Amino acid sequence: MNAVDFLTQTIRIAIPYLFAASGGVIAERAGIVSLTLEGFMLSGAFGAALGTHYSGNPVVGVLSGVLCALIFSLIHALATIRYRADQVVVGVAVNLLAIGITRFFLKLAFDSSSNSPRVAGFGGNMQAAGFDNPLLWLGLLVAPLVAFVIYRTPYGLRVRAAGDHPDAAESVGVSVKRVRWIAVAASGILAGLGGVYLALDQHQFTDQMTAGRGFIAISAVIFGRWNPIRAALACLLFAAAETLQIQLQGSHAIPSQFIEMIPYVLTIIALAGVVGRSVAPAALGKAAD
Amino acid sequence: MSGGPVRTTSAIRMEGIDKYFGPIAANRGASLDVAPGEIHALVGENGAGKSTLMRILGGLMKPDAGRVEIQGRDVTGWSTNEAIAAGIGIVHQHFMLVPTLTVAENLVLGSEPTRNGVLDYARAAASVQSLSAETGLKVDPARKVADLSVGEAQRVEILKVLFRGAKILVLDEPTAVLSPPEVRELWTVLRGLRDKGDTIVLITHRLDEVVDLSDTITVMRAGTTVARIRTAETTPAEIAKAMVGREVSLSAGKRVAPSAAVESRSNRGLEVRNLAIRGSRGNRVVDGVSFAVRPGEILGIAGVEGNGQTELIEGLAGLREVAEGQILIDAVDITSKRVDERHDEGLSHIPEDRLRRGLILEYSIADNLILGLGKTFTRNYVIEQQAVLTNAGEQISSFDIRPPDAALAARALSGGNQQKVVIAREMSRGFSVLLASQPTRGVDVGAIEFIHQRLLEARAAGKAILLVSAELNEVLALSDRIAVMYRGKFAVVMPASEASEEVLGEYMIGTKKGAA
Amino acid sequence: MSASVTAERKPSRFATAAWRERAEEALLPPLVALLVALICGDLLILSYGQSPLEVYSLLIEGTWGNAYGFGQVLYKATTLTFTGLAVSFGLRAGLFNIGGESQLAAGGFAAALAGLALPGTTPLILALPLCIIAAGAAGGLVGAVPAILKTRFGAHEVIVTIMLNFIVLAFLNWMIAEHLHVPETLHTPEIRAGALPRLADMFPAFHGSAANLAMIVVLAVAIAVWFYLFRTSGGYGLRAVGLQPDAAEYGGISVGRVWLKALTVSGVIAGMGGINYVLGYKHYYEDGFAAGAGFLGIAVALVGRSNPFGVIIAAFFFATLSQGGLAIHAFVPKQMMDVLQAVVILAVAMSVPEVRRVLRGSRRRSDA
Repeated sequence: MNAVDFLTQTIRIAIPYLFAASGGVIAERAGIVSLTLEGFMLSGAFGAALGTHYSGNPVVGVLSGVLCALIFSLIHALATIRYRADQVVVGVAVNLLAIGITRFFLKLAFDSSSNSPRVAGFGGNMQAAGFDNPLLWLGLLVAPLVAFVIYRTPYGLRVRAAGDHPDAAESVGVSVKRVRWIAVAASGILAGLGGVYLALDQHQFTDQMTAGRGFIAISAVIFGRWNPIRAALACLLFAAAETLQIQLQGSHAIPSQFIEMIPYVLTIIALAGVVGRSVAPAALGKAAD
Repeated sequence: MSGGPVRTTSAIRMEGIDKYFGPIAANRGASLDVAPGEIHALVGENGAGKSTLMRILGGLMKPDAGRVEIQGRDVTGWSTNEAIAAGIGIVHQHFMLVPTLTVAENLVLGSEPTRNGVLDYARAAASVQSLSAETGLKVDPARKVADLSVGEAQRVEILKVLFRGAKILVLDEPTAVLSPPEVRELWTVLRGLRDKGDTIVLITHRLDEVVDLSDTITVMRAGTTVARIRTAETTPAEIAKAMVGREVSLSAGKRVAPSAAVESRSNRGLEVRNLAIRGSRGNRVVDGVSFAVRPGEILGIAGVEGNGQTELIEGLAGLREVAEGQILIDAVDITSKRVDERHDEGLSHIPEDRLRRGLILEYSIADNLILGLGKTFTRNYVIEQQAVLTNAGEQISSFDIRPPDAALAARALSGGNQQKVVIAREMSRGFSVLLASQPTRGVDVGAIEFIHQRLLEARAAGKAILLVSAELNEVLALSDRIAVMYRGKFAVVMPASEASEEVLGEYMIGTKKGAA
Repeated sequence: MSASVTAERKPSRFATAAWRERAEEALLPPLVALLVALICGDLLILSYGQSPLEVYSLLIEGTWGNAYGFGQVLYKATTLTFTGLAVSFGLRAGLFNIGGESQLAAGGFAAALAGLALPGTTPLILALPLCIIAAGAAGGLVGAVPAILKTRFGAHEVIVTIMLNFIVLAFLNWMIAEHLHVPETLHTPEIRAGALPRLADMFPAFHGSAANLAMIVVLAVAIAVWFYLFRTSGGYGLRAVGLQPDAAEYGGISVGRVWLKALTVSGVIAGMGGINYVLGYKHYYEDGFAAGAGFLGIAVALVGRSNPFGVIIAAFFFATLSQGGLAIHAFVPKQMMDVLQAVVILAVAMSVPEVRRVLRGSRRRSDA
């Protein structure tokens, strides 16, 4: 495989991570733990398959996928912000809920325990290697967009304040709760888009198709020290490792399982402070008053 | 209270303010009357109700009773945003600054200047610079707050409120963390602001500084206002007396003559040599302290809070690292020993913060009575339930803890009874040195007498007791010798017979410095 | 000094029933959750055009109403009790062990290795403890990683355990796929020693169900955990660290050491859970047998309020839902149970702070 093919495949694999990690950065910078990216992605994927199937139009699929993910993110926000439930527990619960609901409706709508029927996607021209899919381009733009919002807009400033010193923000009249609601909703939309891309790219929804991608996205956020551009680079790094694994599949040089482990091992190393200090937003995980 | 001649409308007028947290009254009939364009000091001990009153003024809380007027307008119960809009700016004691953001970003947070929806950093920086020039508060807009010194951070806090158009500034304990030159700089800035027509309320307990700067002083005590005086018409000693005096008169003759047996004790009590402890900002909050407490003696440390007493006790207890020096109990060096090892060497500690340190609120009274006493009540790793209950029964009755239900969670007890649990535990341990920090804070009168009695009994039994208290009367009544702690050092140590409120007061507020 | 002026708080009106306030705070959230689950279940069943009453009675019949079903419930509850106890142990120290699945899998794997290494003639009385020790040690090893990273580097155990889940499971998958599997499968050969008898061997009515004597082991572990937490000085210190670390430190308890112990032991308990599948059911280690048990363990710990006996009850609840899903599959897809389980977790998580706020608020108002 030549370098160009390697690069294009890496990018295609990275797109879901880029979407989800960008969403994760916003929510975590605002102080809400985002273990739920996996669940948002899964619901986005299902919504996309559902919408595209019934309308025949992938654009509708995008909208329905985003809507599904948004609903889950609002549940997450309600539980953690309004009810101040433990964010880790809610994270686990929302992920399980996404698995359960997608399975339930998979059966209800398509009468299958494993997958939806085939749906249309975007692009499809073999020569274009996936680059005729508008979602791919959106995915490449998402990280710089989020970086712009966080570092150059008033809302982004408030997000950073809410995550590092919510009391200071409240003392100048900023509603930390509102900032967080919006951040979580944004993470839902973005991670949902990641799932939408996945489902439309594979032209169907399969049970638990996200297969841990949401957790790789969180790893990228941590490894990137909660900076959207660094997180995006981490996504590309992890995607490259995956491409490598696919290439090496036949050769048994390094077992695929070990390549699978790379993102997770790197994240643990980052957390242990070996790769620069892991500086999480100071108020991450603590309920606002 | 002196009212002064009829004058122009007050900038701030608060009357009859009540504020309850549960049944605890943080403010009861408190009042404040600040003339426009003056520097007004609001003084009082910890817990006097000053911060609560200011929070009500700033809209962070609503009063349960009373009236608040700004420039004659009734604004009782307003919100923070309304207060900010009306020109009230509170500079908090614990800075409300986001450490990871720059000065300019902190300044404009919540009122961000934009250009086409994008943050206009240039304008934010320009705002910082123009305000800096106007007021003399120099800070670099591009620096991260985490990198600033304490004095610089405070400047940002002040700029923050000025940026929002504050004309009435409230500064809560502004000099608590400043060095003397920084304090003088701040004073210059505040005088400059006053001369420009701003009104300034200064909450503090550092009277020496206040006397230099303020025009009028309001003294608060136990949630209410006890005096309002023009600075020029009073003396520091008078202010100190108004601040620390209490209506409770401890019975005369409390001071017990030192028992003759004391001199013959073989153990050596507590010895501290050249102790230095660093605070969170790296400065020496305990700055070379040396003293000894002999068996059968109570050494009382008087002093306004914030002069290093808390850190000293924590260092002695093993809860805070010691930078330099040595601590010995009965001639055994415990400086590097862990908390449980210090217990074994005979140290007991009544902590100043019983809710955070002294008790596990979810645990029952019985379980709290064995905190740190595990070894006594454990056999083969198993806790002897019967022994614990028996112990609880004994302590409850001998210390009159109410309600007398050993299974009740500590959370359900009143403050006084919670303190009794702590004291019962710490005094039932076999100890030779006792650290008693604010032992009667938040405790009702009857319990105070009781606790004092027990301390004196321990003293008569030959224990060495180090007493730290913000209540001067308590220190005077119980101690054999009294030290005054000021800015991390002992300003003076004197026999109790030579001490009085007036004498100690001057050391406490720093106007007198003696050989320690 | 005027008698009416005092800064005291009047004693709580529950003074004579000190346990009552704790009982309320402990029991209300699970009851709320049960209610929410019932309502949610009704909605899902109705959306499938079925009658909730019919479906619920079928569920009860299929789980507690017949021996086979009940046996399956017992089996599933055993695994969930192991992981639930593991999570509870960590929670009591204020720590979140999300690594249940990998610890469970590692434990099962180690038990299988032990069972394969020992000669077939080894009597159960010897083989069983050895296998259990192997399982616990493996789980403890996995649990020690976040423990050390937390105490040495301050790394948050939530993320470390989640990451470690993937790493350990990938590693085990490799071990099986490359080295140890029986051809055409993803499981090891059958163990030679250490196999636990099934319940069905003693009570033929349970024929076909996976329930086995690992139940006895988990019961013993639950009692041991209860005893440790509430009757030993170690447990006293552990709970103190979880409730108020500053006071624990003041009392001379080493917070770091407690954390180390708590996470490692949590891993040991989860690891031991591997014997249910490996020694008691299939008699081999199969890749993926632990799927979902870690997260459900969190649910069980939460609903069971981190109390060992509450955990057992909660484990039965979730096991019933899981098995019940199969029983009603003809009427409503068993996937409904996945949804219900998640809803229950959410409902409990949301009600805990609310209940606390309401109970404490009303108590304070009544004193004022």
